[in-house]
Amino acid sequence: MKNVTLSIGSGGKDMHAFINDYIVKKLGNNILNRMDDAGVLDLKGGRLAFTTDSYVVSPIFFEGGDIGLLCVCGTVNDVATSGARVVALSLAFILEDGVSLEDICKVIDSIAKTCKEANVKIVTGDTKVVEKGKGDKIYINTAGIGLIEDGVHISSHNAQLNDQVVVTGSVGDHEVAMMRARGLINLDVKVKSDAAPLNLLVEELLKKTKDIHVIKDPTRGGLASALFEIASNSNCEIRLVEETIPISKDTKAVCDLLGLDPLYLANEGKYVILCPKDSTKAVLTVFGKNAKVIGSVVSIGKVKLNIETFSGGIRRLGMLDSVQLPRIC
Amino acid sequence: MCLAIPLKVLKIVDETTLTVKSGNMDLNVSCMLIGKVLVGEYVLVHAGFAIQKMSEAEAEETLSLVPGEQ
Amino acid sequence: MSDLKKQISSLVDEIQKIVPNNFVMMEVCGTHTMNIAKFGLRSLLPKNIRIVSGPGCPVCVTASSDIQAAIDICKKPNTIVATFGDMVRVPCAGDCLQNYNNVKIIYSPMEALDLAKNNKDKEIVLLAVGFETTAPLTAVVIKEAENRKLTNFSVLCMHKLVPQAIELIMLSQNIKLNGFLLPGHVCAITGSDYFDFIAKHKFSGVVAGFDAVNIMSSIKELVKCFIDSKYGVVNNYPNVVTNEGNLKAQSLVKDVYEPCDSSWRGIGIIKHSGLKIKKEYSKYDALIRFNVQIKEVKDPINCRCGDILKGEALPTDCAYYGKECTPSNPIGPCMVSTEGTCAAFYKYMEE
Repeated sequence: MKNVTLSIGSGGKDMHAFINDYIVKKLGNNILNRMDDAGVLDLKGGRLAFTTDSYVVSPIFFEGGDIGLLCVCGTVNDVATSGARVVALSLAFILEDGVSLEDICKVIDSIAKTCKEANVKIVTGDTKVVEKGKGDKIYINTAGIGLIEDGVHISSHNAQLNDQVVVTGSVGDHEVAMMRARGLINLDVKVKSDAAPLNLLVEELLKKTKDIHVIKDPTRGGLASALFEIASNSNCEIRLVEETIPISKDTKAVCDLLGLDPLYLANEGKYVILCPKDSTKAVLTVFGKNAKVIGSVVSIGKVKLNIETFSGGIRRLGMLDSVQLPRIC
Repeated sequence: MCLAIPLKVLKIVDETTLTVKSGNMDLNVSCMLIGKVLVGEYVLVHAGFAIQKMSEAEAEETLSLVPGEQ
Repeated sequence: MSDLKKQISSLVDEIQKIVPNNFVMMEVCGTHTMNIAKFGLRSLLPKNIRIVSGPGCPVCVTASSDIQAAIDICKKPNTIVATFGDMVRVPCAGDCLQNYNNVKIIYSPMEALDLAKNNKDKEIVLLAVGFETTAPLTAVVIKEAENRKLTNFSVLCMHKLVPQAIELIMLSQNIKLNGFLLPGHVCAITGSDYFDFIAKHKFSGVVAGFDAVNIMSSIKELVKCFIDSKYGVVNNYPNVVTNEGNLKAQSLVKDVYEPCDSSWRGIGIIKHSGLKIKKEYSKYDALIRFNVQIKEVKDPINCRCGDILKGEALPTDCAYYGKECTPSNPIGPCMVSTEGTCAAFYKYMEE
């Protein structure tokens, strides 16, 4: 069988063959292999972090990754924003009749590799197939759970006065890579998606200090939208400093040419972290030399996000209202 | 209305096209709106076209005022 | 403090020393609108300087009737419409180009020629928007189409010219202006002499570049010109702008186009303010090729884009601004275009 057929989603022989040859073979572990309708985990009591996300990206392969990498990173990174140790994921496919099994295989290999990197298991899943034209090759949903230790209280509602704002690396790379992959940019762009799992770094950070207030991943809407959300939820004013925000040379070149604002471009392998001054060193140590302090919480009581520009002026930032497109005028 | 940036000429491809450098990217732009230009000179690029020539000194002066270009 | 901040700060001090009360200046280039907002320059300038945004955003001033013509072409079978990004969301009677899947966003108008080569079974139509900076590019593309003997390519020409709009503003009784920041890249093509006519109306204008230092120093120059009653044009972007401009580009423009009356959204018809493809190149004129009828399209009532474009109102003076009209749900083009006055205000609202 070269291509996905409707029978793979039908519950019969073809489906079981698909699950055995593709899912169990590549993603198997002691829980998944039981093939029960529910994966059972034996966990100690306490706070459970739970998230879900669906992945509909097109094209499914792009510079720096694919939908398989994204569907693991996106969900483990979300779980880890609560400070939880990520324990398990569910994985649900909606495949389009006729899509190449070789492509699906590549995606599953990517999922397997990323799960290993993130030290997380797929413990349950589902596969459905829709008629040709009713899907877009592959849609994926992953849900993730994690356990939060005592003493860890991380939430976008927890920003406090004088918290430092740290970004863990350069911004805008993922969306530029996606624009290239979609043919919106006809340039020989060497920008790769930054998609990567960050959960193990969060675990390492919390071993050094539990005094972290906010972790958020600046995905759609970019850094500025994520920070605006934090400011709104924490009812505070955040001030950024433009000259401290890391942007890669290539992403900057594309933004300058096309009139894009890197602060509003999506990232898939970065966090923005708010923490008291005393915790900053731990954050920078764990996340490495690309992590930078880019601002701070300057007041509580009103919602504002500002940036001090290169020129010394102050500009207010809001949420991204609509996806950016290349402009020439 | 006029998003245009000065970029360095890397190569004269032919009488209609130049290769310029933007970040780490090589970009082909049309030079049909300007006269002769030399490798190492700069051109002002608007929507894939060079619209004006600049000497290296002139471009460096403009670029030195743009953050991140130093 | 960085060198850049020191330079800016020093320029601000110099402006502060000389600027008279209630100094109102207009910038007429969408990229100036964006950059002034992006750099947060208003937050640094003394409060008695007001920078007003004029009709320099080509997407903003494209008439609804022209957008409708573009949409009508999209609806024709086997067409691919090639356009710059910000055109696709401009609203027109509840519709917009983004709703059509035969619209291709391009960075350079040359890509439209590649589309014609690679899609021989389709009709490729380039939406040519922009002012004097962009018109020569379209002219090159039309001539190339002729050289390559393309039979499946045409241009919907919506290019406009800046001076006529500026003249309208200078003659307007509704606004008191002390000077203009003139568009540096338009002048790269046309030369700074192109705007000399403002002297006879007793106006000063400074041709400005686009980085923060140049914009600030141009503002300082403009204040000085006003104080000294020095009318006419000062070129503050000599690295790029000469008196006579890019003669090669100008010659191409004269070859391919002739001036025509043009309809500006929110303003109405301004005589000789547009460019039309000459008869010799009429086979590349999409209006003729597709026999498009320009139909009048009513702009939403109470939308104040026209007044905002003329500098007679601020976005906050419009009843729709920030409420029914936001970047994700725009009513008028000033909010749609990323460089439109209202969008810049909304997205980059300064302190």
